[in-house]
Amino acid sequence: MNFKQRSILTWVVLSVAALLSGCERPPIDAVQHGFRGTAMAEIYNPRIVVKDLEKNVVPEAPPAAAPGGPASSTVYQNVQVLGELSVGEFARTMVSMTAWVAPEQGCTYCHNAANFASDEKYTKVVARKMLLMTRKVNADYKTHVAATGVTCYTCHRGNNIPQNIWFTAKPEARSQGMLGDRAGQNTVSVAAAYASLPEDPFTPFLLEAREIRVQGETALPTGNRQSTKQTEWTYSLMNHMSTSLGVNCTYCHNSRSFGSWETSPPQRVTAWYGIRMVRDLNNEYMTPLTSVFPAHRLGPTGDVAKTNCTTCHQGAFKPMYGRAMAKDYPALTGAHYPEVAASAPQVVAVDAAAPPAAVEVAAK
Amino acid sequence: MFEYQNLFTTVQPVGPVDHGVELGHGNSPRTGEPLIVHLFGRIGNAQLGPIYLGGLGIASIMCGMLAFNIIGFNMLAQVNWDPIQFVRQLFWLALEPPAPQNGLHFPPMNQGGWWMFAGALLTTSLFLWFARTYRRARELGMGTHVAWAFLAAIWLFLVLGFIRPLLMGSWGEAVPFGIFPHLDWTAAFSIRYGNLFYNPFHMLSIVFLYGSALLFAMHGGTILAVSRFGGEREIEQITDRGTASERAGLFWRWTMGFNATMESIHRWAWWFAVLTPLTGGIGILLTGTVVDNWYLWAVKHHVAPMYPAVWTPVVDPALLIQGAKP
Repeated sequence: MNFKQRSILTWVVLSVAALLSGCERPPIDAVQHGFRGTAMAEIYNPRIVVKDLEKNVVPEAPPAAAPGGPASSTVYQNVQVLGELSVGEFARTMVSMTAWVAPEQGCTYCHNAANFASDEKYTKVVARKMLLMTRKVNADYKTHVAATGVTCYTCHRGNNIPQNIWFTAKPEARSQGMLGDRAGQNTVSVAAAYASLPEDPFTPFLLEAREIRVQGETALPTGNRQSTKQTEWTYSLMNHMSTSLGVNCTYCHNSRSFGSWETSPPQRVTAWYGIRMVRDLNNEYMTPLTSVFPAHRLGPTGDVAKTNCTTCHQGAFKPMYGRAMAKDYPALTGAHYPEVAASAPQVVAVDAAAPPAAVEVAAK
Repeated sequence: MFEYQNLFTTVQPVGPVDHGVELGHGNSPRTGEPLIVHLFGRIGNAQLGPIYLGGLGIASIMCGMLAFNIIGFNMLAQVNWDPIQFVRQLFWLALEPPAPQNGLHFPPMNQGGWWMFAGALLTTSLFLWFARTYRRARELGMGTHVAWAFLAAIWLFLVLGFIRPLLMGSWGEAVPFGIFPHLDWTAAFSIRYGNLFYNPFHMLSIVFLYGSALLFAMHGGTILAVSRFGGEREIEQITDRGTASERAGLFWRWTMGFNATMESIHRWAWWFAVLTPLTGGIGILLTGTVVDNWYLWAVKHHVAPMYPAVWTPVVDPALLIQGAKP
């Protein structure tokens, strides 16, 4: 081999290596999720699943409180939400919340050390609202969270503010001029998995209740005026959901017809309730807190931090891969919250899907 | 001593270069002094130029450059005139068509007006280029096959950006000018209209597209294989078939029982290529105007089979909870 041939060979080898460097190293496990031949499969890389499992460990629950004891409202002042808990359970809940949300700052992140009953710190007012929110989810949204439920830790994971939140962006100034308007898309959209799709699918769909459905329900046109542009917004939201859950489209949709419910996997129903849940939480729990938060906690348009699918899921098809945690915390499950539990709607039971085999295997 | 080969030839025959034959009345002179580029000679003819520009060519290039600049400067404005961000985000940037609520009205310049101008200029440019290829072919005494093949591509372009939006009553239905954005648009278009793979004209278009690639490979392979007998000199072979042409035909007769001729293979290739955008354009034109959901259309006409259920069928939750909380 002469010098010229050697140098060509070197370039070929280097080019191939550079091309392959963007790829994920095998093995890749495909978990079939529908009838054979219909491209219904979830893709997992066991090495990555193992790492994800390490990131989704449930903290150990403190020992159960001794039964009995006086209600906390009779012992402490200004206990508005957890008053029915026994003093022991109340203390246990407070200690857990501190570990989940403010492990570094401790009790004084929310409380005035000299007067724990005081509401002077905004964090305490927010925490109270968040307790109500957690109970609401566990009691009223069993259609989405089933018996697994959620705790503060599901979102916070040891952070004062959950790592995955969103704000509405400021309208761009260049939309006013002669040129340069992007129509809300055509840049690197992190929400939409780095596509050029609209970069904020959250405001219209997870705060406002804009129409997500775009497909016609009849073969021939019968008045469905949803546009292709509108579809790009829906597509952006779906990309967000897919990334949040670490799954592809066919986890919830049939590969042949995204719109057809009759042939959809049951997970789609769970996701449908999830969208309503997030929208409800943003409007009923987060937005009313806007005036409570100090200015530096608010977004560019003065809006409060809001939730989306990633807030809880963080890349897992079920938060913390479906490990039940809320059951150890009666304060959060609404067990002491009968007026809310009574309003839980009677909806068709949704079969909580078993975790895909690859994840189960990796978990072992 | 020296061996002449047809591809990656090691020897490039270099003779005196000239402008070529005199052109008749009404033609412009050709532009540029011809020169020999060795690297070009490795993949094609070593001679570069002269080029025939002419009135149509110049007008076409001007319209095209105007459209290109409108698109480019809109993209540059989108990144606040930052050249680094322009390069980094180039694949994501686009000039969007007007919003659907504009219907067929002329939108504000910044909300689709520039898109209208760019589209009109690009269309003009394409038609001028079509006329140019037609005229040049005629001047050389050739048939006009290339021009009509180009028009087939213009048909698909016009269906996507003009005819279908017109029929739908909204310029917002058109395609954005951008690299990733037009791909995202394509995916969204398929999602909106219930999976374009069930559109029979989309199927035909794919057949012709993949068929074109297959024919190209078969034809290219065959001619290269007989080039040792001078088979690449096709024009001569059409009128006076030699051993190369006979062997090429026999190869396919022996392997698949049937063979094209030196002339017909090019008709196959031309029609396969031309039918790709022709059928594709019909498929796009029918989408939304005549058919709203291709999957349901395919179910209705027994194109899409039903598969056995592997999970308990679910019901649209929106139908279950009229007025109730989720």
